[in-house]
Amino acid sequence: MQVIEKNACAGACAGQSAPDTPGRVISNDWINGDYKHLILQADGRAAQAAAGQFFHLLCPVTPTDSPFFRRPMSTYRADPETGRVEFLYKVTGSGTRGLSTLVAGDTLPMLGPLGVGFSLPAGAKNIVVLGRGVGLATLAPLSDLAAAAGVGVTAILSARDSENLMSQERFLRTGATVIEVTDFAGTSAVHLVEQILRDLHAAGKADAFYTCGSNRLTLLMQRLGNELGVPGEVAMEQQMACGIGMCYCCVRAFREGDHLVSKRVCWDGPVFPLAEVTSC
Amino acid sequence: MLDLSIDVGGLRLLNPIMPASGTFADGLANTIDINRLGAFVTKTITHEKRTGNPVPRVAEVQGGMLNAIGIPSKGSEYFINETVPFYRNFIPPLVVSISAPTSDGFAELAARLSQVPGVAAIEANISCPNIEEDGKAFAMHARSTAQVVKNLRAATHLPLWVKLTPNTGEIAAVAKAAEDEGADALVVANTILGMAIDIHTRRPKLGNVMGGMSGPAVKPIVVRMVYQCHRAVSIPVIGCGGISTADDAVEFMLAGATAVQVGTATFIKPTAMIDVIDGLGHYCQQNGITDLRSIIGAVEDTGFVPFEAMA
Repeated sequence: MQVIEKNACAGACAGQSAPDTPGRVISNDWINGDYKHLILQADGRAAQAAAGQFFHLLCPVTPTDSPFFRRPMSTYRADPETGRVEFLYKVTGSGTRGLSTLVAGDTLPMLGPLGVGFSLPAGAKNIVVLGRGVGLATLAPLSDLAAAAGVGVTAILSARDSENLMSQERFLRTGATVIEVTDFAGTSAVHLVEQILRDLHAAGKADAFYTCGSNRLTLLMQRLGNELGVPGEVAMEQQMACGIGMCYCCVRAFREGDHLVSKRVCWDGPVFPLAEVTSC
Repeated sequence: MLDLSIDVGGLRLLNPIMPASGTFADGLANTIDINRLGAFVTKTITHEKRTGNPVPRVAEVQGGMLNAIGIPSKGSEYFINETVPFYRNFIPPLVVSISAPTSDGFAELAARLSQVPGVAAIEANISCPNIEEDGKAFAMHARSTAQVVKNLRAATHLPLWVKLTPNTGEIAAVAKAAEDEGADALVVANTILGMAIDIHTRRPKLGNVMGGMSGPAVKPIVVRMVYQCHRAVSIPVIGCGGISTADDAVEFMLAGATAVQVGTATFIKPTAMIDVIDGLGHYCQQNGITDLRSIIGAVEDTGFVPFEAMA
């Protein structure tokens, strides 16, 4: 199959102001053994981040870690009224270990908001959100996006164990139905999640699918979406250097008709139509 | 405000600061005022469509990065029809970086671009593999450099900048060859070939296995090359390699650079080029410099007292 470059920036990203805001740390607390919750006073454009958009963070250098690149981080919450921007992150490498050292009063340069976020299809009354692991943080802003549009939400939250389930309160607070599945309880297998999705669709609760955080769940939602005629979106990850469409390191192959098209996750995404995803 | 304008290889620039090829695109206009730049330099384009290299395409290393992006290109006609019009809305001149697998290919692409309104200069990226020389980059040797620059010169009336590779052992001879065949300026230099391996997976950190090193760690190597090239030629040398701050830019100019390109630094700090421009102004004011050209090649490299005590 021939690979060609897409002909134009698909994004609403072009022309949107994306300043490098000095966010002031309000708190940076552990929420379980792996994840921390970072709350920043950012104000202005940063706090207007749309659901699914991300920031490129200049993570601190510490005596033990010298991350060279910035780190892309999906927005957990952005509130233009309070000016606050929040992130939920798993401490794994040199960048996030650096982030984990931030304390109240510290400053974090945060470039953004960046990229193309989630959208609700016209006429949708009920949507299904399916997230796993760190993808749960990325999907959380969909709760407010849907609530503001009067759209009902069923959120299927998947994790290793209940300790690592996150974002429940974000969905519950906006009136969503939350279904928790875990490896520990034996409820998170793909075929079990597939049955939940089929039941929701049969009940008229699935006008659109949204997912993040698991390649297997993404392919499941793509397959069911094709079979049932349900449109959907997925938030993708890829290693980034610049974060603003200049370096072409975060490319992935997407399907458009008969062609595989190279797109930049930072600029054309990070949210893409589920139907375009390839299993790379 | 202090006048930082400067002539570089046939172009008058508002200031000597411009992006390095491959580290700049329209997206940066959402973050900085790109009208303040001395020039725009595009990502390298080719006549043909290209996919680029396998991922991962970049890796971070101590003090810099490795990249093997592989020149993905939508082709020159897409560039002419879709990309050039965007830049016509802005003040800085558009320098188009080009590549081709053969000397004739370079000349044909340069000739095509010379007919396009809004293209102000050509930057020939001759650090790419030359299929007529068993894959060795044109800029590895003086002879292959001379051949491609001669063809390019015959093909375009536009200012012709030639970007050299630091991976040659004869940078001054290559620079002289480019000048002799009609280059208007030299860009010194491209990235330095490197490699990194993940010790846990035993896999190379780049999909292409090897890639080009850039960032602050390469600066002393490239300052040395700018110094050597400036002494070897009389055309302007544009420094490119690890410049993050105005101090770095001044150091390159003292070594012999007429202008500088900022690349990797923009990935870490998107405002880096603007900060360098502002910092250059402050440097001039603080040091009573009224004409920035006075610092080009002004390194005081003589007068060290010989050390006479035998080891």
